[in-house]
This record gives sequence, structure tokens and C-alpha cells, in this order.
Amino acid sequence: MIQHSHLLAEHAVRSDVVKAGDYYMEVVKAGQTIRILDIEGNQAADTLFYNAIDPSERYSAVDTIREQGNVYLTAGSTLLSNEGRAMLEIVADTCGRHDTVGGACATESNTVRYALEKKCMHACRDSWLLAVAQNEHFGMTKRDITHNINFFMNVPVTAEGGLTFEDGISGAGKYVELKAQMDVIVLVSNCPQLNNPCNAYNPTPIEILVWN
Amino acid sequence: MAQKIFSDVIPGASHWSLVVPAGHSLTFIDVNGGANVSLLFYNPVNPLERYNAPDTLKCQHTFKLTTGHCLYSDMGRIFCSVVADDTGWIDTVGGLANEQKVTQKWGQRDYQKDRNQWHQNGYDSMLVEVAKYGLGKRDLAANLNLFSKVQADGQGNLSFVEHHSKAGDQITLRFEIDTLVVLSTCPHPMNSAEEYPFNSIEMSLSKSAPVLADDACKTSRPENERGFENNHRYCSHA
Repeated sequence: MIQHSHLLAEHAVRSDVVKAGDYYMEVVKAGQTIRILDIEGNQAADTLFYNAIDPSERYSAVDTIREQGNVYLTAGSTLLSNEGRAMLEIVADTCGRHDTVGGACATESNTVRYALEKKCMHACRDSWLLAVAQNEHFGMTKRDITHNINFFMNVPVTAEGGLTFEDGISGAGKYVELKAQMDVIVLVSNCPQLNNPCNAYNPTPIEILVWN
Repeated sequence: MAQKIFSDVIPGASHWSLVVPAGHSLTFIDVNGGANVSLLFYNPVNPLERYNAPDTLKCQHTFKLTTGHCLYSDMGRIFCSVVADDTGWIDTVGGLANEQKVTQKWGQRDYQKDRNQWHQNGYDSMLVEVAKYGLGKRDLAANLNLFSKVQADGQGNLSFVEHHSKAGDQITLRFEIDTLVVLSTCPHPMNSAEEYPFNSIEMSLSKSAPVLADDACKTSRPENERGFENNHRYCSHA
């Protein structure tokens, strides 16, 4: 569902440009709103959310899609934790739908998906692993790297049980905006994927803005 | 002909685990129809390597799992291959029911009153089982649900297909590397039965026939050929 936001960039309390292949790991407080902006279009923002007080409570793709009865995320979707609690609500979305089934690229999965010799290409799970290693105060490790949301990705599921990676339905300037229902750690890998035709093999920066 | 090592019955609303060595197969039989077996897989040497639903689905371009599919770890290796599936659809997105969900659907669990007929939920059941290996809720990931089908329509709306599995339906998983298998027979969270369903399964462990070059799971996709090659490289020191 397309839902525009009334929030103005100049009123944001924080804004960061995250280059392709980099991570973003920050706390967003309950009541704050976070916008992920696809600056150049067809980029994938591979995102995980954790309860900032206790990161063993985290975004759960399976609980979220089952309880909302739909496999795609868009405005109106509530993101649930593994404890069944509301973590964030998508309050604006100019893209229309986002994938939460396809997961994130990894050096290892790239060997399977593309070719064995792709194993040394930088991937999302590398970015997350660096993030948890460089932010020890959160007390997180590889155990916490789990099933994510791919904002801006288009991964249609068919009634026959097929799953395909289609060209993106995002474009330059499209965004998704979420309101936090609890204090959350936002962990984004701005996807460095060089193997995927969805972004024309050209990963690009995203911007992350936060409002009170 | 597969050589059976043992078979066992796991009652409904229960949990169990075992390490299955490479070259062995587990066959699950739905005794009465309508069973659900939730499964998670870990590498017993390094439990940080675990079943990864997104990697499994996207590398095989599928939302369902059935005969010919391989179940992948997050490290690009194949824990096991689905060599037989009478049901044609194994769910890997429905997850587990938690206590709140089971209470809403079927009433509170009460061991004092109900003994082993209590309304145990899949989430707590898995937590107990993984704790035996020093693992906890941080280690629970999206699981498989054997004998259960969750479908999405063209708009992405999800539905649970009732009576998907019939009495006697079998699923065989052939293990390609040593794997810690954790399972729960608690009901699927989308099951709409009026009474809490208790469905036993029969499980048997057998020695697998050798995986040949033309094996159907290996050759079903070029991705799986590469997955088997990753296994080969991992195991070649053994």
C-alpha cells in the first residue's frame, strides 16, 4: 500500500548516508520514526531489529508474516518479535511491498547461488558480523544474525510455491518509514551484492533519517 | 534397500533430538494424518552453523520444500536432502506457536490437571530441547514444519491447508553432513482444529544408499551441485 509521509527531512534529529557495503547500527527509541531512503533506486536494505534492552528478543519474519496473514510487508504491517510483541509499525511506504522471505547474501550462500569462485566477494552477512564485532556494548554475536527484512526487494511468491527474484519496484527517492513501539537496535546492511541483476550489478547508497 | 537401525514413536505435543551422522536417513511417518513435525538443524561441532530458511528457499527458487530439495545451513552446506515426500509440500515459513497462541486457540496448558495431555506449545518445546546443547532462544531460527502446508496467493495472502497429510504419509530426509536434529510434534500455529490436536509420528533411522553422481537431489539444480561440492570440501579432511 502506497502511503506518503508528512515528515520533513530538515526536522530529522539524525540523518546518515550509508554507502553500499557498509552497515548502520543505532538505537531508535520507542515513539521515534525511522525512514530508510533508496537514494538512487533498486537498492536492497537488509535490515534486522532487536529489543535494545534485551537483544535476544528480535524481529521474527515467520511470526510477522503468519500473524498478518501475508508474505509481503508494506504500510500497516506490524513487525513482531520472536516473543510475539510489536516492535515497529510501517507507517509510510512509497515502494509498495518489501520482502521478508529471501534473506541476506553471504559469502557462503553466494557460492551456492552463483559460483564457487564468488566466495570472497563482500556480502551482507559480513557487514552484520563486522557490526556486532565493532559494537561489543550490545553483547551480540553471530548467534544474533538471523532472518531479515529486505526493504525495496521484490521477491514474488506464487500459489504453486515458486519464489522468484524480480526487478525491483523501488526507484530513486522511494522510502519506507517505521515507527518504533519499543527501543530497538536497528542493524542494516546496505547490500553490496554485485551478483544480482535487480540492482543492475550496481549497489548504491541509502539514507537513514530519524525523527522524534 | 535401506538398512533400518531403529524406529521409534514420538507422541504429539512432544520434543526430541538426536545427532544423525552423514550417510544416514530419517523417515517420518504421519501415523493418523494431520501431524506436524517442526525441525531445526545445527552442526554438532559448531552450533553457530544452523538451518537457514531464506538461503534454502532462495537458492532453489522455491517457497515450499519437497522431494528433490536440499536443506541448507547458513554456511552454504547441505544438512540433508528430501529424498521422499508423500505430501508434496513442507512448510518453512509458518514458524512455531508460542504459549499465548496456543492458549488463545485451545486453552491454557495445565500439567497439574492434564498431565502429558497438556497444551504444550512448539516454541517452549524447542527451547527445552535446544537448551540440552547449551543453546537458547537466540539460536531458534525459522524452522521446517513437515506434513504442513502454508500457501500464498497472488497477493501474498497466506493460508494453512487443512488435512494436507494423510495417515501413512512418509517423508525421508537423507543427511549429507553430521547434523544435530531438534524436533517438536506440537501443532502447527495455523492449525484451525477445534480441539488441541495430538498427532504421533513414527520416526526411523536407516543407513542411506551412497549418493551417486546422478542423484536426483544433487542434479535437481546447479545450485545443489555446488552445495554438494561445498559439503565435499568440508568433509574431505575426514
